[in-house]
Amino acid sequence: MSDVAARPAPNLLAKGWVKSGLIFIAVVAAAILGAQFDDSGTLYKVFIDPFQQMVQAPDLLAQTIWEGLVSGVLYALIALGFVLIFKASGVFNFAQGIMVVFAALTLVGLYEKGVPAFLAVILTLGVMFVLAVTIERVVLRPLVNQPDIILFMATFGITYFLIGFGEALFGGSPKQMIADQLWLPKGAIDLKLFGGLVSLQKIDIAAAVIASIMIAALAAFFQYTRIGRALRAVADSHKAALSVGISLNQIWVIVWFTAGIVALITGIMWGARSDVSFALEIVALKALPVLILGGFTSIPGAIVGGLIIGIGEKMGEFYWGPLIGGGIESWLAYFIALGFLLFRPQGLFGDKIIERI
Amino acid sequence: MSIATLETPNTSAATDNILSLNNIEVIYDHVILVLKGVSLHVPRKGIVAILGANGAGKTTTLKAISNLLKAERGEVTKGSIVFEGERVDKMSPNELVRRGCIQVMEGRHCFGHLSIEENLLTGAFTRRDGNAAIKRDLEKIYELFPRLKQRRTSQAGYTSGGEQQMCAVGRAMMSKPKMILLDEPSMGLAPQIVEEIFEIVRRLNAEDGVSFLVAEQNTNMALRYATYGYIMETGRVVMDGEAAMLRENEDVKEFYLGVAEGNKKSFREVKSYKRRKRWLS
Repeated sequence: MSDVAARPAPNLLAKGWVKSGLIFIAVVAAAILGAQFDDSGTLYKVFIDPFQQMVQAPDLLAQTIWEGLVSGVLYALIALGFVLIFKASGVFNFAQGIMVVFAALTLVGLYEKGVPAFLAVILTLGVMFVLAVTIERVVLRPLVNQPDIILFMATFGITYFLIGFGEALFGGSPKQMIADQLWLPKGAIDLKLFGGLVSLQKIDIAAAVIASIMIAALAAFFQYTRIGRALRAVADSHKAALSVGISLNQIWVIVWFTAGIVALITGIMWGARSDVSFALEIVALKALPVLILGGFTSIPGAIVGGLIIGIGEKMGEFYWGPLIGGGIESWLAYFIALGFLLFRPQGLFGDKIIERI
Repeated sequence: MSIATLETPNTSAATDNILSLNNIEVIYDHVILVLKGVSLHVPRKGIVAILGANGAGKTTTLKAISNLLKAERGEVTKGSIVFEGERVDKMSPNELVRRGCIQVMEGRHCFGHLSIEENLLTGAFTRRDGNAAIKRDLEKIYELFPRLKQRRTSQAGYTSGGEQQMCAVGRAMMSKPKMILLDEPSMGLAPQIVEEIFEIVRRLNAEDGVSFLVAEQNTNMALRYATYGYIMETGRVVMDGEAAMLRENEDVKEFYLGVAEGNKKSFREVKSYKRRKRWLS
């Protein structure tokens, strides 16, 4: 019995790796052959030319990687919001994207109503807390023990409610993030690197630093505090958590509030780079390939996944994009995710499924 | 063990009982009637066993007390549950654990991705008496279960069934309970491990004065350690009495201990006999 159940998994994995290895070798062989015979052929352009460019202009490469890194950090932040809620309640929170927009809009809206910038941040945190409590009371509590898909649909409901509510309160037109008032740096630093100039936006540096601090704080919170341990326990088994006296309602409020804080910070950072509008919500869906890559249950996974997707996207766009007329950036992430689904469905760092048979 | 536990617990002395169920009825999903009026009493510092076959309602009874029923769409529709002189039928598991009544669920339910030590620490979630006290109790658990100390850093999902059961009991102990509802501690474990776990139960009962309500299919083992037993069948208590008395009872011997009297009966005869008995009780 147990043997039969245990056998297929390792076999499939082994086959998968063998298969991917064979494909890789075949591709490399074809590339070498193609390049040998044809200096302007397709294979040359795909496999040789981009790398030559990278070597010839390292400053451009550095610039591309840096830009990828920054958008990767922002993807990671959004993915982090998803992971938090998925871990603790097993719900894929479709509303995370709109929560980013809603938090940013609230912040800007409050500022426009004459509230000082930093007070507005605190008030926005308050609003996110109220939102967390409301969602727990109105949506999660009545739906407890329903199938996951129902909770997932409920987050759709939350999404459309927040879109409508946000538009009613703050209007639908894009707004300017109050970056100056929050003392976020402006301008760029130009670095002389590899005989060229690499320009780093200060706001990007700030985003990377703030994101790193927040991620470290969250990781410590999860690993070493009583509540963090309880959060992981709930993620593991709702029933067992209930039986040792962990209050699910309390945990859910904490988790949604934490996701709200992450959403606010993401909103500020993202808003400062472009502007605050509902279009951001679509960008937030980029978190999906990030999650597939990194694993739905892993905070380090969200970070590494975000960085890989961010850098991969920018590099793909810059070096390979022209080959097919550009526009790679919008779908490359999903393409990478698809590849991962084929060979490592739990993601890079996702929880291994422990099952005793 | 005091003499108090040797008296029949369901006579008058209500103040002596840490837990009383009075004629409770449980309905799942608004339609399925599972418990049809169960009454039982656990004396302070006693070990009481609920015995019975699959589907008799043992687990439901325990879950009705700990109120984990709500998470399974079950509901106590009649009767009352009194713990420490307080009605607890509408209380959340969280509040009950705070008051000192905790359940160890059937099938262990350790947190597979947490280490053994983290598992034990989650048991202290409801406590407010500071880290030093929690640390002290953790050491006590390790002293009780040396095996857990060896495996403190390994993920609970990768430990053996016996270790998981010890972990589950230890985790419950970390909440400083006055009473533990223990559901099928013997399930899927080697007889030796079962014995070890029941020895721990006895020790906790004697040293820390923790009361136990144990649901068991392993009638033999349960009646050796319990002082009082209830036998359930299809949602009713069909017999109860001192453990010693139950051990000697001919029917119990035949149905639950597997010791037949005289000539062997066929399965059919046993079944019909059982049915008659049920109508009588």
